[in-house]
Amino acid sequence: MATTVPREELLVEGYTGAHPVDDRPFIRKYIFSTDHKVIGIQFLVMSLFFLLVGGVLAMVIRWQLGFPGRPMPGGGVLPETMAPGGIVLPEFYNSLVTMHGTFMVFFAIMPLLVGVFGNYLIPLKIGAPDMAFPRLNMASLWTAVPAGLLMIAGFFVEGHHASAGWTAYAPLSESPEYSGVSNGQVLWCLSLIIVGLASILGAVNYITTIINMRAPGMTWGRLPMTIWSLFVTSILVLLAIPILSGAVIMLLFDQTIGTTFFKPAGGGQPILWQHLFWFFGHPEVYILILPAFGIVSDVIANGSRKPLFGYKMMVAATVAIAFLGWIVWGHHMFQSGMNPTLGTSFMLSTMLIAVPTAVKVFNWLGTMWLGNIRFHVPMLNAMGFVSMFVIGGLSGLFMASTPVDIYIHDTYFIVAHLHYVLFGGSLFALFAGITFWYPKMFGRMMNATLGKIHFWLTFITYNMVFFPMHALGIGGHMRRIYDPTQYEFLQPLQWINVFITYSAFILFAVQLIFAYNFIASWFNGAKAPDNPWEDNALEWTVASPPPHGNFRTVPVVYRGPYEYSSPEVQEDFLPQTRKLPGDREPDVMPPGLRAET
Amino acid sequence: MGWIMPEGASTYAGDIDRLYYLILVITGVALLIVEVALVAFAIKYRERPGRRAHYTHGNMKAEVVWTAVPTVVVVMIGVLSARVWGDIHRREGPPADAIPVGVMAKQFEWNTTYAGPDGQLGSADDFVTRNELHVPVNRPISVMLEAEDVIHSFFIPAFRVKQDAVPGMHIRIWFEATKPGTYELGCAELCGLGHYRMRGLVTVHEQADYDRWLAQPRAAAETNR
Amino acid sequence: MAHGAHGAHGAVMQPPLYAEPGAGVYNEKLGMWVFLGSEVMFFTALIGSYIILRVATPAAWAPLSERVLNVPITAVNTFILICSSVTMVKAFAAAQLGRQQALCRWLLATVLIGATFVGIQVFEYQELIHKGFVPSAGLFPSTFYTMTGFHGFHVSVGVLCLIYVTWKAFRGKYTGADHRGVEVVGLYWHFVDLVWIILFTIVYLI
Repeated sequence: MATTVPREELLVEGYTGAHPVDDRPFIRKYIFSTDHKVIGIQFLVMSLFFLLVGGVLAMVIRWQLGFPGRPMPGGGVLPETMAPGGIVLPEFYNSLVTMHGTFMVFFAIMPLLVGVFGNYLIPLKIGAPDMAFPRLNMASLWTAVPAGLLMIAGFFVEGHHASAGWTAYAPLSESPEYSGVSNGQVLWCLSLIIVGLASILGAVNYITTIINMRAPGMTWGRLPMTIWSLFVTSILVLLAIPILSGAVIMLLFDQTIGTTFFKPAGGGQPILWQHLFWFFGHPEVYILILPAFGIVSDVIANGSRKPLFGYKMMVAATVAIAFLGWIVWGHHMFQSGMNPTLGTSFMLSTMLIAVPTAVKVFNWLGTMWLGNIRFHVPMLNAMGFVSMFVIGGLSGLFMASTPVDIYIHDTYFIVAHLHYVLFGGSLFALFAGITFWYPKMFGRMMNATLGKIHFWLTFITYNMVFFPMHALGIGGHMRRIYDPTQYEFLQPLQWINVFITYSAFILFAVQLIFAYNFIASWFNGAKAPDNPWEDNALEWTVASPPPHGNFRTVPVVYRGPYEYSSPEVQEDFLPQTRKLPGDREPDVMPPGLRAET
Repeated sequence: MGWIMPEGASTYAGDIDRLYYLILVITGVALLIVEVALVAFAIKYRERPGRRAHYTHGNMKAEVVWTAVPTVVVVMIGVLSARVWGDIHRREGPPADAIPVGVMAKQFEWNTTYAGPDGQLGSADDFVTRNELHVPVNRPISVMLEAEDVIHSFFIPAFRVKQDAVPGMHIRIWFEATKPGTYELGCAELCGLGHYRMRGLVTVHEQADYDRWLAQPRAAAETNR
Repeated sequence: MAHGAHGAHGAVMQPPLYAEPGAGVYNEKLGMWVFLGSEVMFFTALIGSYIILRVATPAAWAPLSERVLNVPITAVNTFILICSSVTMVKAFAAAQLGRQQALCRWLLATVLIGATFVGIQVFEYQELIHKGFVPSAGLFPSTFYTMTGFHGFHVSVGVLCLIYVTWKAFRGKYTGADHRGVEVVGLYWHFVDLVWIILFTIVYLI
């Protein structure tokens, strides 16, 4: 730049961005902080903990499926009501299945994608000093934490924890006389209502911030895909979560004060619960994957050193998926007793939602095509995402086809499908995202060798766990059954279950490498430079980690975030804030900065 | 591994399996294209000193192609599926000559009500079997599904039949077995702690066998609950 | 606001300074609009379920004349709630003009009228429960108590917020240049009022 005073030193009247001195007391800085970056990291710690909890539950599930009726090593520590002598009880197994799903969806994947990356990245990437409502943001976190504790508390109450599946189909879920569960299900309901409130508060904040607080020059057409995805996701959260809250409230009332919304005995409709649940639940599926799309888009463009292929189509596809996501919920209910004609229309809308998803995949490939690909750890994970998510997306077509769904519905084919989307998809994207932004978050680099080992081992063992589940499903293996060997036709498939179980144990062990790398690097990783990946976006123009308040002065944006290998500059990246001679100033330039030209 | 559908034993198993294989081939090809491209690009365009990525923001022609082609393919799958679905869930209901059977699901058993020799459900000679379903081969069977307590799902893998039984609803489905033998019937919807052992047996008899079984002397009142 | 979202010149009722043009309103107002979007979906879930259940099981709804609901007293209550919207509008107008006394007066009136609405609803509930119209008595009472109960909860939250705003108004915290709290709580209040009109129509009148 041709000025003598660096732009960062130019103060703008009325703008209080980064504080030169941060004199907040400890508790305001690290515990009840209103800083979006701290809240993002708090969400990260919280949801990684729940990811671990969900993972441990999965291991117990796998033990039971691989070796039904055999005492679990170390299972002796569990109380008599769960696993006497280490042998998992059927009612405990149902709780495990339910809580694995609940923790992973509501307390791990969703807060990881939305809570962590939404909080951490939105203000930094759009060039804002913080969220629109920092205190509301803090309230969101401190609402989610007690909700999580409440959900854990369910394991320790009289009777069992909720055990009707994470989908809590009524009337099983609300009938202690049929399920044997009362307090556990009540806690489940309360926890979901509270965590839903936290999500809604977060979504209000994100939407307001993205609409109103973009830095000068950060037009809608220059927003990084991460932000576009989080914006669209927030709208889905805003509109879908209240549906869940309403439904769960009715479920809770059915169970506690004797209303009869879903109880056939009192004139209620069990199917109504399913409609409400999936009217929320299908947008929820996209809540769990759209932010992953965004993260992967940013990482792949960076890794390929190439502009994102078809940016506008990527945005359009995101919006199309979010829109179509509202009219496909019935595809979870083809065999539920819903009118078969309705099934046909839900099938067609479901088929169509495959199109924007395909467009995204092709655009990621287009981004890599003729690129100059750097295989850093985030890029590896992003490529892992593409290759695995494709399997999850394509296997969705089997269920979308109503006749084929008759056979594979509620079998392990579905379990395989949803894990390819949520583990192969969301979780690989999360690994990409965490390893990509870790240097920014903690000011230290993660160990790349460990990162690569972790990626490859995860990639291989992950496929060993979930790919054979397709075969189980095609063999007719129902989901959520405690002991598959009860069925003669499943006995020849049992060796697959054993194989999956061993693989799952390895997969779990491999994650310890990530945990070690995450924790060890926090303390003694190499110091991270401001822009380790030579990225264009705004967060890389500030220190690692960024100071409280983010930017010293109003950042000004001159171009989109994907100008890699631009012929205009020598380097193969061109930051959004770098002003080249021909660049036009945005209309809303702060007066102090305009003088610079 | 394991992509082959187990042997089917009902009239519409063939249609469902054909559809399944069609989707398997289509998705297999799509998967191959994506994975091969991914690996090929990763190898061919890996970072090398002195190279620079091609600077492009996209290509509208490519976008149109890869929007249009999947659209055509999925709509085709949709239309083919809709036809098979329509054959299974016929607007006019089960074939007229179907044998009526009532299935009442409850925790954790299947109670099947047969019409008895008079062929009419709801008459005095009805009788009930527990966790057993007997049907003749090559005759459509019309099943009235009900549930007493919670939602169950009536799943006979070999027949490619699956239908939830919902308390408060009367759901009619039909199927026609094509091979004599014994098949397993399972519950596919989590219905409580005994969900995993809610198992029944379906016996498909030759017509003569079936008639003999049907005519076995049984006190209707004894088994009729 | 913790940091620099707004300018130094007190233009707090304007969109944030030095940002791309967004919704054209200040953050708190936009945030409330967005939040109300969520509220719409919440009541859609409850009202939608009511409609579906009623269409599926018409027998659970006695003819209008035989229902136990006390329509006249609720009609009065509806009128009361509408009045509170009027006083809220008056309060906002006073805030815009910077007329402190009028602002306090109208806010206080809104609080009192809102509390009266809740009081009458509690009285109505007591009366109904006495008549055996309890939540567990069937589909109609199930939906009735859930919908009106959550509406009442929203009104109560609104009253609490209004009390806070009124307290601030008495301490002179709102000026003609900055009365965000009054406008934002007003938006919420009008929304809750609107929901009641829908509920009153579909639950009491149809």
